[in-house]
Amino acid sequence: MQFNRREFLGTSVLGGAALAGGIGFAPDVRAQQMVDTLQMFVPAAPGGGWDGTARTMEQALRAAGLIGTAQVTNVPGAGGVVGLPQFINQWRGRQNALMVMGMVMIGSIITNKAPVNLSTLTPIARLTEEYLAVVVPAESPHRDMRSLVAALKANPGGVSWAGGSAGGSDHILVGLICQAVGVDATKASYVPFAGGGPATAAILGNQVTAGVSGLSEFAEQVKAGRMRLLAISAAQRVPGIDAPTLREQGVDTDLTNWRGVYAPAGVNAQQKQAMITLMERMNASAQWKEECTKRDWTPTFLGGDAFGTYVTNEFTRLSGILKTLGLA
Amino acid sequence: METLAALGNGFAVALTPINLVWAAVGVTVGTAIGVLPGLGPALTIALLLPITFKVDATAAFILFAGIYYGAMYGGSTTSILLNTPGESATIITSLEGNKMAKRGRGAAALATAAIGSFVAGTFGTVGITFLAPVVVEFALKFGPAEYFSLMVLAFVTVSAVLGSSAIRGLITLFFGIFLGLIGIDLQSGQPRFTFGLPELLDGVNVLIVAVGLFAVGETLFLAARRKHAPEGVLPVTGSLWMSKEDWRRSVGPWFRGTAVGFPIGAMPAGGAEIPTFLSYWMEKKLSKKPEEFGKGAIEGVAGPEAANNASAAGVLVPMLTLGLPTSATAAIMLSAFQSYGINPGPLLFQTQPDLVWGLIASLYIGNVMLLVLNLPLVGLWVKILKIPEPLLYGGILIFATIGTYGISQSPIDLVILYVVGGIGYLMRRFDFPTAPVIIGMILGPLAEQNLRQALTISQGDVTTFVTRPLSATLLAISLLLVLLPVIWTLVRRRRA
Repeated sequence: MQFNRREFLGTSVLGGAALAGGIGFAPDVRAQQMVDTLQMFVPAAPGGGWDGTARTMEQALRAAGLIGTAQVTNVPGAGGVVGLPQFINQWRGRQNALMVMGMVMIGSIITNKAPVNLSTLTPIARLTEEYLAVVVPAESPHRDMRSLVAALKANPGGVSWAGGSAGGSDHILVGLICQAVGVDATKASYVPFAGGGPATAAILGNQVTAGVSGLSEFAEQVKAGRMRLLAISAAQRVPGIDAPTLREQGVDTDLTNWRGVYAPAGVNAQQKQAMITLMERMNASAQWKEECTKRDWTPTFLGGDAFGTYVTNEFTRLSGILKTLGLA
Repeated sequence: METLAALGNGFAVALTPINLVWAAVGVTVGTAIGVLPGLGPALTIALLLPITFKVDATAAFILFAGIYYGAMYGGSTTSILLNTPGESATIITSLEGNKMAKRGRGAAALATAAIGSFVAGTFGTVGITFLAPVVVEFALKFGPAEYFSLMVLAFVTVSAVLGSSAIRGLITLFFGIFLGLIGIDLQSGQPRFTFGLPELLDGVNVLIVAVGLFAVGETLFLAARRKHAPEGVLPVTGSLWMSKEDWRRSVGPWFRGTAVGFPIGAMPAGGAEIPTFLSYWMEKKLSKKPEEFGKGAIEGVAGPEAANNASAAGVLVPMLTLGLPTSATAAIMLSAFQSYGINPGPLLFQTQPDLVWGLIASLYIGNVMLLVLNLPLVGLWVKILKIPEPLLYGGILIFATIGTYGISQSPIDLVILYVVGGIGYLMRRFDFPTAPVIIGMILGPLAEQNLRQALTISQGDVTTFVTRPLSATLLAISLLLVLLPVIWTLVRRRRA
């Protein structure tokens, strides 16, 4: 049996109504097209989370008829710090342009002591949040977070944590966990791997005590019984995710890997508002909701200046934790 | 038996006319992008992702798999003809391949690369079909300590490319290791040797260095020497096809290359370059005519080419059995799975048998198509070598420049290309071997990262490398490989 994309979408609860070129209110949707060509700047390589966000946005926006087409430019490197100066200088004043970024970029600006920051750019919206997960190999003796924390307190260096690059979101969460349970974060044996694949492999192979990464990175391994999910880093229980939070298990901290979009520097108020409206409409579209469900992203929209304030607060919070980790 | 039935079903899916068309399109596009340095399979598949909205999942993955395998075939063409590797896994191919081309044996080199790729691709796919679950469990046994020991073993292979002077070879090896250290250190998050340039934070791309040293450096050298001693390209002589002797010397390397490439490709941190080093070293050691190496030995093309294609098949093992992306291309393919609402993981074989087996069957078909596509092209490609030298050199420089700019549209990359090209010219002029730079650049940082990861896990206990059985075995093999030739010489001297 081959399954057809259209049939598959058609049978799903959310997808059927708004397919591009379909029947029903599709012609109405078309009439709302706001942007002919949306230019997206991704300061990361193809295949990562930001690139995935950009390409998913492209799909949802096109399917919902909000844009004609999209162009994605990838400038990879160093958590976005390589691409950022290019977006600030060369994309200045450009209309209908968005840069995909997220918490990782904030961390990267701090740890790399980057000569540029986001202050001149135009905040548009936070789009999604992804919770981080703490997992252990299937063979591990630890059944819950309390047991892992007990081991960590007994011998901070004896618990090895696999995750992404030093100073990234995974490392930050390990730092926050240590801080919350009163362990010196610099004593933690954090093992950075280049990318989710090698880190997951190290956990599956029982090479490390525990692992930290985005929940979606581990979800299928957990389902197949090859890893045990001890906790997620959300502030409260998340409907649809069958896992306790860190707070529920006495580790008083939370962290989400959020992703959002910025417009270039020097765009006028009208253009800024147009981009915010475009993102609002995308966020309200059935296509976007469906794509988020598929990818385990939680759409937590926050638009305009409220998003700008949020980013500023994140800057302060992350600087603090990165300083205690000795990385800033 | 069950596997065969499932594979049969897979062929039923893949052999529908429309899916055959997708496979043909995929391998053609893949070959084309493999030829261009800069444009890799990862970026191409990313550009084609919107197609997932229009066609069904099976067709899309057959297309993507065709591109992936095709790029591995195409990468060797420019390595051999222009000394300009199209993919980092084909850098080693240019060592002997380009020498063969200059001696008028370009057609034989291209043919042994294509047939070797076919053999390795096919046996690699057989490996995916029957051995995937076993291979992946073995690969997971490799932790940082084991990878470090594997890197130590791989460093032994540098001896095959050191050239006449060990000192000169080691100097260039360390130059390569230095280049590899530029950028943010993964373990501490701190930049090293970046001189405040944000463009250097992500390190120097090994492909740019290879193109700079091999294509630009060599071209400058040949152009500079032209008036003194014309050392041009010999016209293609004799039969286009491989001779009986070529066949005899290629078959062994094809199979040994496959045997090395597939398991290392399946390892999550194995990569496609290391098996090409190992294969090249092995063929030089096993060859009855080791003196031909460095002058155009066909084994040096056949082995590494088979190794890189087998490792490409190996990469699909953790992707299909565990949902683990271990290369950029695999990561993009996984995100394509997600746009179909399929979450790739350990249950993929159970939940999506048609898709997975259709994909595997299409790999067999794609391989046959690639052979059929590439062998006739050999005759066409070698005509490039008939271009008069000044034009050919100019063309190579333009091609290398465009390809480098294509990697990330960064002007800094072009500066690096020509600075490295200048260094390559000086190295060639003063008889320093260039290949150790590449080996150092790839192995150095990998060895360092794995060493530090292993020591973090063991809390600084260095005995972890000898107390873990797999790691100890790899170190013992490395030690034997270094000591055996010395002992052998001593024994022979005593007898004499």
